[in-house]
Amino acid sequence: MSIDEGTARRVAKLARIKVEEAALPALAAEFSAILGFIEQLNEVDVDGIEPMTSVTPMRLKRREDVVTDGNQQAAILSNAPDAREGFFAVPKVVE
Amino acid sequence: MADLSKLTIAAARDALRKGEMTSVELTEGYLAAIDTADALNAFVHKTPEIAMAQARAADARRAPDAPSLNGIPLGIKDLFCTKGVPSQAASNILEGFKPEYESTVTTQLFGAGAVMLGKLNMDEFAMGSSNETSCYGNAVNPWKRGNDDTALTPGGSSGGSAAAVAADLCLGATGTDTGGSIRQPAAFVGITGIKPTYGRVSRWGIVAFASSLDQAGPMTKDVRDAAILLQAMAGHDPKDSTSADIPVPDFEAALTGDIRGKTIGIPKEYRMDGMPAEIEKLWADGTAMLRDAGAKIVDISLPHTKYALPAYYVIAPAEASSNLARYDGVRFGHRAKLAQGDGITEMYEKTRAEGFGKEVQRRVMVGTYVLSAGFYDAYYNRARKVRALIKRDFDRVFEAGVDATLTPATPSAAFGLGEMANADPIQMYLNDVFTVTVNLAGLPGIAVPTGTDAKGLPLGLQLIGRPWEEGDLLNIAYSLERAAHFVAKPARWW
Repeated sequence: MSIDEGTARRVAKLARIKVEEAALPALAAEFSAILGFIEQLNEVDVDGIEPMTSVTPMRLKRREDVVTDGNQQAAILSNAPDAREGFFAVPKVVE
Repeated sequence: MADLSKLTIAAARDALRKGEMTSVELTEGYLAAIDTADALNAFVHKTPEIAMAQARAADARRAPDAPSLNGIPLGIKDLFCTKGVPSQAASNILEGFKPEYESTVTTQLFGAGAVMLGKLNMDEFAMGSSNETSCYGNAVNPWKRGNDDTALTPGGSSGGSAAAVAADLCLGATGTDTGGSIRQPAAFVGITGIKPTYGRVSRWGIVAFASSLDQAGPMTKDVRDAAILLQAMAGHDPKDSTSADIPVPDFEAALTGDIRGKTIGIPKEYRMDGMPAEIEKLWADGTAMLRDAGAKIVDISLPHTKYALPAYYVIAPAEASSNLARYDGVRFGHRAKLAQGDGITEMYEKTRAEGFGKEVQRRVMVGTYVLSAGFYDAYYNRARKVRALIKRDFDRVFEAGVDATLTPATPSAAFGLGEMANADPIQMYLNDVFTVTVNLAGLPGIAVPTGTDAKGLPLGLQLIGRPWEEGDLLNIAYSLERAAHFVAKPARWW
């Protein structure tokens, strides 16, 4: 399957990664090569096979629905690029 | 002072317990060795103050019943979150990030008395097979091709861990393995590395790449050390919902060296077209060693092997695209400088374009594509079905009585840094052709050095075991190690 520039642009947008227009043709070519490699999977007969969800047959564990942690505002904000008044700060999202 | 090039974890443990040396002496020795080895670019964040404090504490509690790793200096892959110490996954997007918490694995290692010398280089977010995608620059293999001065890759993604152990900069190191990232670098530098069964070691506090494939494991100078270090890393952790709540056996006690009556499978699908004669011979020699040790050798078939790499390159990027969505410039790490009028979308897009390297961007976008509406069934679900078939291949072989399979660890010896720069990404992905099946099937796999190529570079074999049977697998590896008697060391140039 060949990926065109429009698809590459759309994927970059979905992934929230800025890609310059000039870089799109090379990116599309790389995607095409990787997806071409992946196409081999179409040779495999997968009729009646369930998609794997877990390598070991294991029921996902559950715990009591109770608070186990908290009161760590300073620790949680300590690595933020911009934290103000106890909150993460971001550019304005509502006009 | 002991000769660091001859020391193992087991030997240091015994000498420390007997009082023949102190952890402070040992730690000072390693810190000095690290400071003269910057050319290898293995340690990217050195932590001498933490190391010396831990060494002094270890000496203070020295006793015959001291914990298993008391006073043992280790290196920690940069993927592990270590409290108050930079933990960047070799990515610019995590520049400046100092976790407020400690990963379960490092918590357990420190609880066992280990000393942390520093953080080790790796491929960015563990995506790579040559340590060339790191934000810190390449780690360098201590080995050279004879008199040729070309700088070689230590493999990846755990390239810094491999280089550090091979160059005697630490007694052992932690690695992580999503598609071969412990076993391929171990083979490239002539050391031992084991990827445990999925769920054996907690993933909590390890920066996630592909959560259904990632497992941490030890990288060490020999099989006994791998058993000792794995023992300390393994165990149930309520903080990781995929961590197995089953007892951890005594791995070191499993090393009897007696493999009589074991059945070793030789999978025909691993005999690739164009496989170098040296690798063929290494494999045949290893097979003969196990046969001579009393194992029964049988030819087996794992028919879906060929589809493991393409399935991996759907599943791993898909999971990565979800896991790496958290790097948004809001809660931690890098945020791009914004222009007047930029909103939150521009913040995300610029931050991720600046913070992620090329290979990471490529994989996140491939993952985004295979998960996107209209392609989810064709790519992602199909790959998960093929994954089920790959696991079924192994299940059938084990049901037929095979205890472990023997394969090459890598398709070649270490290659030169930069040699793959112009190859397409698929060429680099082929490095994991023998190792990636093990992650897809959740099995334990170990790489053991068993020979050298014509230029004197180390080559390794891989043993793949039954789920949860790391003890048995380590014992078979121990038998192979004793027969192969690989003792070569890189000539010091750094």
